[in-house]
Amino acid sequence: MRMRRVASTAVVLLTAGLIAASGGTASGSASPITIGISLSLSGDFSADGQAYKQGYELWASDQNKKGGLLGHPIKLQILSDASSATQVVTNYNTLIGSDKDQLVFGPFSSLLTTPASSVVARYGYAFVEGAGGAPSVFANGLKNVFDVSVPVATNLEAFADYVASLPKSERPKTAAYPTVDDPFTQPQLPPAEKIMAAAGVKTVYSKTIPEEEVDYTATANAVAALKPDVVVLGATDVPTVSAFVHAFIQQHFDPKLFIATAGPDQGAAFIKAVGAGNENGLMVPNGWYGGSPKADSQAMVKEYVAKYGGTASEVNADIAEAYSVGQVVTQAVQATHGFDNAKIIAYLHSGVTLNSVQGPVKFDSVGENTALKATTFQWQAGVLNPVIPVGSPGTKKPTFPKPPWSS
Amino acid sequence: MSFDALVEAIIDGVLTGGVYALMAAGLSLIFGVMDIINIAQGAMVILGAYLSYVLSVHLGIDLFLGLLITVPAMFGLGVLLEWGFMRRLREADRTSMSILITYAFAIIIEGVLTLLFGTDYDELNAPYINSSVHILNFYLPDIYLFGFLMAVVLLGGLYVMFFRTKFGRGLRASLQNRTAADLIGVNVNRTRMLAVGIGVGVTGAGGMVYGATTAFNPDSGYDLISRLLAIVILGGMGSIGGAMASAVLLLIAADIVAVAWEPTWSILVFFAAILLVLSFRPQGLFGARAVRAQ
Repeated sequence: MRMRRVASTAVVLLTAGLIAASGGTASGSASPITIGISLSLSGDFSADGQAYKQGYELWASDQNKKGGLLGHPIKLQILSDASSATQVVTNYNTLIGSDKDQLVFGPFSSLLTTPASSVVARYGYAFVEGAGGAPSVFANGLKNVFDVSVPVATNLEAFADYVASLPKSERPKTAAYPTVDDPFTQPQLPPAEKIMAAAGVKTVYSKTIPEEEVDYTATANAVAALKPDVVVLGATDVPTVSAFVHAFIQQHFDPKLFIATAGPDQGAAFIKAVGAGNENGLMVPNGWYGGSPKADSQAMVKEYVAKYGGTASEVNADIAEAYSVGQVVTQAVQATHGFDNAKIIAYLHSGVTLNSVQGPVKFDSVGENTALKATTFQWQAGVLNPVIPVGSPGTKKPTFPKPPWSS
Repeated sequence: MSFDALVEAIIDGVLTGGVYALMAAGLSLIFGVMDIINIAQGAMVILGAYLSYVLSVHLGIDLFLGLLITVPAMFGLGVLLEWGFMRRLREADRTSMSILITYAFAIIIEGVLTLLFGTDYDELNAPYINSSVHILNFYLPDIYLFGFLMAVVLLGGLYVMFFRTKFGRGLRASLQNRTAADLIGVNVNRTRMLAVGIGVGVTGAGGMVYGATTAFNPDSGYDLISRLLAIVILGGMGSIGGAMASAVLLLIAADIVAVAWEPTWSILVFFAAILLVLSFRPQGLFGARAVRAQ
């Protein structure tokens, strides 16, 4: 009798354990699945952090309309890290260690993804993210990090190839490479500089600006004084690019080409900062744009515009990056039939090609997306168009040299 | 570094120094009068920028003309903060407690601005923001020229008020010794309240020029505070002239480092100034001791 009671207790406990291990899918109930996220809702990255929040929420809303994840309604638990590399670590400890969220998504920027990924790895969780594409994120050899966006080191290569491909008579002769001291920007410039130097484009300026700089006047004026044909600016945000644009206008300096690693992709916020018309001709590398012909992208943009207003061109690329994180995790959860993070990690490393609004996603051994290539975009008559690689489907002809400043 | 680049860096330093002096003068004044370290100074600069933004974008009022509204509004805010909070801090631990209370102001200002304007960056626009004058071989941006001239006029006006008026004498008396000032008939509370109001009002003017030269969002104030503190410490807490001189000096030094060496080291100038001044001349170049002697 006693043996039978022990055996039946063991069966009950084993069943409960199996249900728990499978993430509750065997229950058939509609208990919510909580996804923990740390985002920069204030601080230096707050504009991007807020956009990411919109992107994640848009995905959760869409997915919930489709029945959630394996029938479980999705609940997002978003904590603000105030753009702090210390707070982001605390947040993921809270989300996983204390609150026991079943899944986590990544924060904004490589600067925060790097410290966060180590914490998340300690818990054995998959860490799918869209804004941690710098080599430093993957340098630790962690197996749980997966970046759905373009690896940043290759971001400017298509642009550099375009410059190098111009007929010698038209090809720019000099280039300046000022960059903010940030793991997102710094890896992008050397490969571009190497390609352009090999094509005979002489480097006249290559210096680093502190990340916390607020006054770019001296640096921008120093660049303007050298009158380079091309300016390749390593920037993480709108104010940096805006400061250079205003300084160049004040100094009556108009480069033939001006590309920034980030900033011009911020849609309406960018135009507002540089002044309407001055955005024309400016370039930015990215993996996505509001006018993307992909069906799921168009649906997302339509929904975003209906909810938040604006036009397709003004939709921030951060939205698509965050949305893509949700899409990739959805496919992994569906393929592994549960929320077991170990199985999700193994699945994402299996070489499978997944879909996202940004395009295909296929991870290499360190979690970089090898299937997505950067496109260079250019503001043309108030619309951010894909222009490079030249002749690719959907691209427009690059405006070269860029039009003069409008004011 | 070529001679032209050196001259350009010095010109940039002088012109941007004027803008920084406007932003730092209020911080210096409030400390000098009340021994309060206003951590919210950066947030108040941004508040001034947003006030100008509202007047410019929604009412079409010119940025400089709009100061006739924003400066009194900021003055009122300063008076309110002094009356409502700063005055109630005990003299004994006023300085240390002021850091906490003004940090709370900063968080409140940031929170309210975020609710009203979101976190996207904004920038003030006017025809003179992108224009410049060509003198010799250099283009001088109009907005920086106007900002520098305004700094000279406003800070000069404050200087005259402090050293040539009865209010200024009362202010300096309460700065030296509150009890003695009380005894000779100075209304110390009123004097301090007006001084904080003036300090915050001038900050509003600095905020307008900052917003016209840099894209900002509600959070941008935190990037400013370390530089403003360095300016005030070098110039001497409580010295308006010191704020102007040290702002120009530090900005020239930072710009020369950025141009001749590497921009990444330019921020070092500000922190080195704090370290050196606190080690060797804690009262700053024109510190409280010098002010009181005048």
